[in-house]
Amino acid sequence: MEVELTDKDKKDFLKTMLRIRHFEEKVYQLYLTTDKLYGMSPHLSIGQEAVPTGVCKVLRKDDYIVSTHRGHGHCLTKGADMKFMIAEILGKETGYCKGRGGTMHIADVKNGILGANGIVGGGLPLATGVGISIKYRGTDQVCISFFGDGASNQGTFHESVNLCAAFKLPVIFVCENNIYALSTSISKVSATPNIADRAKGYDIPGVIVDGMDPIAIYEQAAKAVQRARKGDGPSIIEAKTYRFLGHGASDNRSYRTREEEREWKKKGPIVRFKKRLIEEGVMREEEIEMMEQEAKREVEEAVEYGLSSPEPDINDVEKYLYV
Amino acid sequence: MGIVTYREAINEALREEMERDDKVFLLGEDVGAFGGAMAVTKGLYEKFGSKRIMDMPISESVIIGSALGCALTGLRPVAEIMFIDFTCVCMDQIVNQVAKIRYMLGGQVRVPLVIRTPGGAGKSYAAQHSQSLESWFVHTPGIKVVMPSTPYDAKGLLKSCIREDNPIMFIEHKLLYNTKGEIPDGDYTIPIGKADIKREGNGVTIATYSRMVLFALEAANILEKEGISVEVIDLRTLSPLDMDVILDSVKKTGHLLTVEEGNKILGVGAEIVSRVLEKAFDYLDAPPRRLASRDVPIPFNRDLEGAVLPDVQKIIFEVNELLNKEKKCH
Repeated sequence: MEVELTDKDKKDFLKTMLRIRHFEEKVYQLYLTTDKLYGMSPHLSIGQEAVPTGVCKVLRKDDYIVSTHRGHGHCLTKGADMKFMIAEILGKETGYCKGRGGTMHIADVKNGILGANGIVGGGLPLATGVGISIKYRGTDQVCISFFGDGASNQGTFHESVNLCAAFKLPVIFVCENNIYALSTSISKVSATPNIADRAKGYDIPGVIVDGMDPIAIYEQAAKAVQRARKGDGPSIIEAKTYRFLGHGASDNRSYRTREEEREWKKKGPIVRFKKRLIEEGVMREEEIEMMEQEAKREVEEAVEYGLSSPEPDINDVEKYLYV
Repeated sequence: MGIVTYREAINEALREEMERDDKVFLLGEDVGAFGGAMAVTKGLYEKFGSKRIMDMPISESVIIGSALGCALTGLRPVAEIMFIDFTCVCMDQIVNQVAKIRYMLGGQVRVPLVIRTPGGAGKSYAAQHSQSLESWFVHTPGIKVVMPSTPYDAKGLLKSCIREDNPIMFIEHKLLYNTKGEIPDGDYTIPIGKADIKREGNGVTIATYSRMVLFALEAANILEKEGISVEVIDLRTLSPLDMDVILDSVKKTGHLLTVEEGNKILGVGAEIVSRVLEKAFDYLDAPPRRLASRDVPIPFNRDLEGAVLPDVQKIIFEVNELLNKEKKCH
């Protein structure tokens, strides 16, 4: 399937990736230099920006995503407001979850973001249910279930992919294979380190894609989403990617070499895509610099909003437990 | 008015709620044409078809997760877990996902989700098909726990649960399915969180629920002949617990016995006794007592199983101990 992308689309890709990158860098900085996250070590997606950028470009506002513990990028690309995300990460009353969730549970249900998840593999069954619901209600919505290489070894992966395949549910399983489940390399704990290969066992499409290239991801996501909207069922897309930082911001990455990290950073999604846009004549360096400054400004404003927001009232600690 | 079994009462509640609201549907293992392992959903598949009576694979995590995904996106699922023991296989979905999501997301979502599952022993099903795990769920804020003892309560409470926007564990009892009782014609509901005095009395309060209500009533009949007046409180809902009814009763009788089929350690009785001691200590004429299953897995052999579970004779023994203790005190 040929997917026509305009220059504007390509600029949007870069803008989205820059927004995620600067957001994550700021959160990292807040973690390192302040106590505003109460020591909660955020799971940052620096290096993985291309995946949600390519995937969510295909989605409509009424489509759904179910995210993971490394979910900031997913939320940003599906339409979450940076201000309310930062406010949540800072535990404020103005945050998406009124300070009850924090970095690992950001959700914006009105925008179809049904929540990041603190349990590895915990979101896949929920995404399956969203698929059942879409089919039950007879709409042409789709649900993206983001997960990692770590989650691919949870039982819920099998249960969910199996059921979605059996019922032909409109769910796209997007694996961000960043090689490491905390410190454990996928090759050490799985004889099939290509997660997409497992699709054969469920009789559904499974593709491996360069997880550092938003266009390649977009193209595969477009195919899978089109298939799902038509009622032909789920797909697995495996994006080979790399997290430039540790599992959490406090992780010292003792399980991998700095050389390996340098190699991956050379093929990082942003550095490569900037070069490509300049070479293709889509953007000039000054324009990119302006875009970069714009992203930084948005992040700074969001942080300002978050920091100046009120704390939740401790008398409301039981609020939201039940309707 | 009509006499129906507990099983039929639940089936009627499901059918009527599905007729009333097309967002209500069932999912679970063998719930379709087969009619459910406990035959509770019999006839519903023929009436509503495979769209609304969904046979699921033996994948408990995805059964519960699917129900949650549906509940968050406009439907009102009723999930069946074949035996409460199997909730252990999907505990993450129930405890970390279903029970937490509304709070964790700052109230962004409502979770209209009922998990129906049978618990309880007494059929020689042994250790992995006989447990009473309700106190685990009572210990989990964010999910309510309902355990009816009669066909009337089962139907009225299940209807309330299906209409509720909070997640609920609706725990049935295998040995209640064939018990019979009267129910009114047509629609009625029973509020969640309200205990029911199944028998009035002024000498001893027995706080109990599910199948043990039947045992307590039988014991109360026998004790009445000995001149002991027993009030039997059917908790009906374990979370939230209706303490007002228990406290009022204890203030009247001065004696409390709790009876449950779950393990004694950290059980429902332990919680009730603690709360009564906190709120009504001065009204007690004797130390409260707890009757529960002994803290071992449920054994297969009929006599061994009987030795673990509470029964009518054990309830009578406990009531006599409770009253004798008082005599010793004076």
